[in-house]
Amino acid sequence: MREKIAIGTAAAAAALLANNLYQMFMVLPDEALQGAIYRILFFHAPAALVGMIGYFVALTFSILYLSSKNFLHDSLAASVVEVSLVFSVVNLVTGSIWARVIWGIWWTWDARLTSALVCVLIFFGYLVMRRAIEEPTQRARLSSALCIFGCVDVVIVYKSIDWFRTQHPGPVLDFRTGGGKMDPAMAHIFWLNFLAILLVAVALVLVRTRQESTAREIDSLRRLAHTAA
Amino acid sequence: MDARNFTFMFYGFLAAWLIVMLYVIVLARRGARLKKELDAVKKIASHPEQHADRR
Repeated sequence: MREKIAIGTAAAAAALLANNLYQMFMVLPDEALQGAIYRILFFHAPAALVGMIGYFVALTFSILYLSSKNFLHDSLAASVVEVSLVFSVVNLVTGSIWARVIWGIWWTWDARLTSALVCVLIFFGYLVMRRAIEEPTQRARLSSALCIFGCVDVVIVYKSIDWFRTQHPGPVLDFRTGGGKMDPAMAHIFWLNFLAILLVAVALVLVRTRQESTAREIDSLRRLAHTAA
Repeated sequence: MDARNFTFMFYGFLAAWLIVMLYVIVLARRGARLKKELDAVKKIASHPEQHADRR
């Protein structure tokens, strides 16, 4: 059942992405100041938003694990963090490529970029730590604590363009500015692409959680076989 | 349209999808490994005495 939902979600994402790509290249004009390169925004910012949403979903599962000690919540948190990390990396790489053309540099240590990099490093560390700790209870408890710590940085990433003067552009999305910063036609495609990328992330999380439950099944069968022997 | 501008836009799109596709490949490989491992453990769990004798 879960596989069918994952396939259905991925198919919906693919159809939506095909439509969005057509709209981006065939319907929307180039941006007046940036030219064609502004289209990176349609992947760069949705990838960041999907990553941030994912980290907060993982935070919810981590808190649920700490209150219930149910390993299912820990597995769900780990799955969501892994997929969110992929989208955070997409965000950093596409942003860097955009910056090379618009700013003339690949990278700068401003508050937004630096906090986003720290966020990627924290959650990469989360995944590395999980592999390093054998004992499941200790692994789940420390992972939950690190996830909570990491989400503090996610808030800093989100608010950094309000709190600090950054090289990174300020907020442009309607829900942060009250409107008027982005052309409605561009905003429409932006949100459609956000939905498509969110669907891709959901499909990946479904596949990843299936693998986590298989790993738990293997562990319990191993214990069973060991006891019987 | 500035050609360099268009080239970098292409690199951006390519990088985004390459990263996602790499992750999909990693997931697929991990899924295949887990399936193999599950089959092996199921075999051991169904006949634990045979595997105990081999130790």
